[in-house]
Amino acid sequence: MVTVVADVPRESDASASRAQAVQWRSLLLPWLPPLGLLAVWQWLSATGIVSTAIVPAPLDIWNAARQLAERGELQHDILVSLRRVAIGFSIGAASGLLLGLVVGLFVVARDLLDRSLQMVRTIPHLALVPLMILWFGIGEEPRLILVAMGSLFPVYINTVGGIRNVDPRLIELGRSYGLGRAELVWSIILPAALQPILVGIRYALGVAWLTLVVGETIASRDGVGYLVQNARELLRIDIIMLAIILYAIAGWLSDLVTRLIEQRLLRWHPNYADRGAP
Amino acid sequence: MNGAEVSLRSVSKSFAGRSVLRKVDLDIAAGQFVSIIGPSGAGKSTLLRLVAGLDAPSVGRIELRTTGHRADVRLMFQEDRLLPWRTVLGNVRLGLKGRDREARDILRAVGLQGRETEFPVALSGGQRQRVALARALIHEPDLLLLDEPFGALDAITRAAMQLLLEQLLAARPRTVLLVTHDVEEALLLSDRVLLVKDGGVARDLVFDRQRPRHRGDPALAALKEELLDGLLTAEGNLPAVA
Repeated sequence: MVTVVADVPRESDASASRAQAVQWRSLLLPWLPPLGLLAVWQWLSATGIVSTAIVPAPLDIWNAARQLAERGELQHDILVSLRRVAIGFSIGAASGLLLGLVVGLFVVARDLLDRSLQMVRTIPHLALVPLMILWFGIGEEPRLILVAMGSLFPVYINTVGGIRNVDPRLIELGRSYGLGRAELVWSIILPAALQPILVGIRYALGVAWLTLVVGETIASRDGVGYLVQNARELLRIDIIMLAIILYAIAGWLSDLVTRLIEQRLLRWHPNYADRGAP
Repeated sequence: MNGAEVSLRSVSKSFAGRSVLRKVDLDIAAGQFVSIIGPSGAGKSTLLRLVAGLDAPSVGRIELRTTGHRADVRLMFQEDRLLPWRTVLGNVRLGLKGRDREARDILRAVGLQGRETEFPVALSGGQRQRVALARALIHEPDLLLLDEPFGALDAITRAAMQLLLEQLLAARPRTVLLVTHDVEEALLLSDRVLLVKDGGVARDLVFDRQRPRHRGDPALAALKEELLDGLLTAEGNLPAVA
């Protein structure tokens, strides 16, 4: 009995075009579920199966967005929210990175700070919202502080963990090659800890958006959260759903940016080499 | 003569109360290629790490003597220990400022020209060890310490690496201390073989055989038998072979 495992009479470029097809597929396929959902949703609304008073149709939401954009409100609120996330997250992530580096690198700092930081970490930072409003009113500070607090700990924990898990054999190698302390940190410890640090940053970005939603919904005069709050009072379900979609897009975009940074910085890593953008 | 002289005076080392080396005295001449063989756990690698200064002896004195400058010691391990985030060239230049030309030259000497900008992940095991060798040799060390550097390689790659090492050392002699499991490798490369067991040097075999040596050389084969016998009796728990 003959079992043909392979029979390729001549070399063709079929495999190249197949690879190209796969590439196209993985570029287009991720868009199918959200677009499909939109289509089904629009159909359900148009046929009246789902009442548009409870769930507005996608086109209604689109129109609401256009109206808001014409008045300039939409752009303003999005920019305000983006700015808050950017500032709060930058402060929080930078502090987390700095604290993580100090605690990870110096035993004295670990003994001094780690336990206290871990204690503060276990406080749900959103529990501080009432306190923040009492202290700072509804100005910018409470939201920025909350976003910063939310972003700090994921970066801190992953930085400390990353540094602690650096292969001691590589550190020994660096020492035996005469690297000074600063060079050891820059050439060996930081690159080795980079992957967990970036995971922490990605996670922190998610927390930053979450914190902002809560902060803006509770006490605010502008921003996407305020848009929602206002819409609730005016019973504008279409605007509420628009805001939810905006949050989804913002989250996706910030994740995309960090993933691109990850790919660039970790291009030496076998798991990141030659992977297409998400 | 190029290279450092090494001397150990009643060097002992114990880890958590378990004695690994006991009162070792050893003198190695400048430029000598010394192999250390012995059963697993006999203290071969410990001896190397003490000479490298990576660990301190529990008691005893270790000296490296060179003329005119501080001895430069470089180590090569069984694992390549390349930094995965640095290119091949970046790895060779670890701890150096500039010296791009020299790094490229030494990469050519180990047969890796054209691979300078690649990351270690793209290289095979043998190629990675060649990068590690280049990284050690660019410093022109007075003392080269090799801790089973070819132990994880396949037989053919290992033979090629041994040949490469021999060529590079012939061009620029220096003192070498090689820890190996492979008796044949020890006999092929070295001027002197130390059999380490029970925390001390059990045999010290100096031999001056013409290079390059051949694996089939009957004199080497006889020595190999002898040393293997010494090793086997050291592994006291092995069953007797009829």
